[in-house]
Amino acid sequence: MPDLIPTFSWADVVLAPWQGGFSADPATPMGFWQVLMGFFVGSACGLVGNYLMLRRMALVGDAISHSVLPGIAIAFLVSGSRGSAAMFVGALLAGVVTTVIIEAIHRNSRIKQDAAIGIAFTSLFAIGVILISVFAGQVDLDQECVLYGEIGTVPLEESATIAGKALGPTSVVRMGGVLVMTVLLIGVFYKELLVSSFDPGLASSMGINATAMHYGLMSWLSVVVVSAFESVGAILVIAMLILPGATARLLTNRLGVIMLMTVVHCAVSSVIGVHLAYWLECSMAAAIVVAATGLFVLAWIFSPSQGLLRRAFHKFFTSGEPVIENGVSVKPA
Amino acid sequence: MGVYHRGTESTERGGGRAFSFFSVSSVPLWLILLCFATQNVWAVRIGEISETTFGEQVVRFFTFRDPALRYALVGSILLGINCGLLGGFLVVRKMALVGDSLSHAVLPGVALGFMWNMTKDPVAIFIGATIAGLLGAVVVNLIKETTLLKEDTALGLVLAAFFAAGMVLITIIQRLETANKSGVDKYLFGQAAAISLEDVKLMSAVTALSVAAITIFYKGFLVTSFDAGFARATGFPVRVFHYALMLLLAFSVVISLQAVGVVLVSAMLITPAAAAYMLTDRMHRLLVLASVFGIFAGACGAFFSFLRPNLPTGPFMVLGASAVFVGAFLFGPKHGVVVRWWMHRSRAHRTKRENTLKSIFHVLEARNFHGEGVTLAELAERRRETIEEARQQAANLRAHGQATLNEDTMYLTPDGMQRAMAIVRNHRLWELYLTNAAQIAVDHVHEDAEKIEHVLGEDVVRELERRLDFAQKDPHGRVIPSVADIRKAAAAPERVGATGYGN
Repeated sequence: MPDLIPTFSWADVVLAPWQGGFSADPATPMGFWQVLMGFFVGSACGLVGNYLMLRRMALVGDAISHSVLPGIAIAFLVSGSRGSAAMFVGALLAGVVTTVIIEAIHRNSRIKQDAAIGIAFTSLFAIGVILISVFAGQVDLDQECVLYGEIGTVPLEESATIAGKALGPTSVVRMGGVLVMTVLLIGVFYKELLVSSFDPGLASSMGINATAMHYGLMSWLSVVVVSAFESVGAILVIAMLILPGATARLLTNRLGVIMLMTVVHCAVSSVIGVHLAYWLECSMAAAIVVAATGLFVLAWIFSPSQGLLRRAFHKFFTSGEPVIENGVSVKPA
Repeated sequence: MGVYHRGTESTERGGGRAFSFFSVSSVPLWLILLCFATQNVWAVRIGEISETTFGEQVVRFFTFRDPALRYALVGSILLGINCGLLGGFLVVRKMALVGDSLSHAVLPGVALGFMWNMTKDPVAIFIGATIAGLLGAVVVNLIKETTLLKEDTALGLVLAAFFAAGMVLITIIQRLETANKSGVDKYLFGQAAAISLEDVKLMSAVTALSVAAITIFYKGFLVTSFDAGFARATGFPVRVFHYALMLLLAFSVVISLQAVGVVLVSAMLITPAAAAYMLTDRMHRLLVLASVFGIFAGACGAFFSFLRPNLPTGPFMVLGASAVFVGAFLFGPKHGVVVRWWMHRSRAHRTKRENTLKSIFHVLEARNFHGEGVTLAELAERRRETIEEARQQAANLRAHGQATLNEDTMYLTPDGMQRAMAIVRNHRLWELYLTNAAQIAVDHVHEDAEKIEHVLGEDVVRELERRLDFAQKDPHGRVIPSVADIRKAAAAPERVGATGYGN
């Protein structure tokens, strides 16, 4: 099947995206905005995702990114516009409702948290899909956009202007704002988030409200998800909540370093992903995730402490599995 | 117009292919199908049903005239059985989200199966998806075993990575101008109307396989699910059972895709089983209930999506299952929230009444049981309450037939007296037991006894008495009412001037 994989052409795949052309602002090339958008979404998700992973709540991110759908749909129906203010409020409420439902189910019954997550987000997502298909005529949103959101078309959006100066496509500017806010929030609440993630008991004794941190994190997660949603689709969000942090986790134990690596990982994977999408002519968001997965696999193979190669090496020379303590592999006694 | 209405084409394709294992393993299901297939004469042409009202659609649904509807319904029901059965194991193994992860992981397999000869060939898609699903399960285990990443991270990682790979492949397929490409995107949200006779055959074969495997190896699945350590020690191949379950799970995810869609399959696995888990403690009952709920949810999905054109099936199935879950969550006879709230409330009320009875007994005991009546003032003083609160307590006791109220004086009924003595006995016995057996200081035992006096059962009390050699006095030197005293209180209701104790 020769049509499936187009021939690789250096000029079309690598150079063309950077040579200006089709974007709304002719001075800047398509590729620039696409890579920037991928990087913004990835970093914002990755930074929040690190805390989710520390709390063993990686799949709550998956859940919330599905369950904001009814919030968005209802916001559309009530406000009658695609205005971002209504959407943010709707998504925020939906995110909090999801968290509350999960807590309510697993605190008040014998159902475990994982099943509670599964029940909560699928029900809300189902409600969202039904709302959209019943009010199909009134809602300028289709169910597939949730998954298919496309970075490729981002540069074609209207340019956002601040004080008369064109900054760039609206969603890129918005996502950049969300990323800046994410970094600021993490900077301000670094200690609180760290302590409440590792040891809620200690956090309470230090006067940190662990419940407030939990709900705060979930709310901010909903904000990040919904601002990314429309333009890039849920799949990039879910993947970038987990992949960058997991990759970094294979290489280091320090949270600060993990944060830095997350950002680097997102930059590299969005550059590779965008070009991959130009080559294969496929969904750009999915291609970025594939690139990010590639980086994870590399880290998994070559990680100095937990890598598959090191394990094989170790097994070969000492005929035993490496012993991993606190993230550092030590010699068996 | 909905896809349901284009029913006849699927029957034409129906007879083409048969599966070698099909005829052997699923005879009963095949028989059910035959019953449906004979009614093909009623199939409706597209033109006849362009404009239908809500009522007509309902009637059409319940007369099962359209073959497409019959396939959709049978398919949804088979799906419900399968998902309920396997979901039961997922829920008790705390692996609910494995279902979610696996259902996303099959997507690249679906796309590759489609690419095999660029048609929606159920067999190729089935094989591709199963392989992808199993690969996902293996990768999750590998990540868990070789790195420090936790299970939730591994699951999310596999989910996202595989799903993205699938999306890349699907967008590549959609770019090609090939015939028959339509339908591959239906795997995302599901459309039961797209189920053909071939799909139904495949689904019944898989259902038969799952039911057979779980029935035959029930003990193995049970033991490995609840106590893997014990299972390993007794020689069950735990890993084999784990991967067998994963294989069956991949099968049932794959056959469900067309009706529910990738995104919502996990709901069909988790929600009916979780609802069943709220209702029973026995695994075999859980599995049967989960299947029944799955059937109900499947039928709901088929019904509601039939009512109006272009309504997706999957979300309605999920809502059907969620409705069942909410019912079980609230009104389950043993674990339901409402029932437990009610029990909690009535227990709290009973405790309150018993505390009042105990206070009345203490008042009587303090004056050596001279005179039967206890005034509200005495009770209020004893309990450090206001007169109004005491009056409320008295009214409460009277409502339960444990005391009568005359002006401001209360008289315990025999029943009330009996209960009061029993509570005091429980309290003092427990205090004595704690000081004697657990060597706890005398001034530390009261608090504990305050709590346990309300829950000690008759047999525990007798056991305590025996262990304490039927002691007469508690550690504070007060008399412990004996069984004989209590019986006397109950048997001699009309005595005046005494209450059956201390005379």
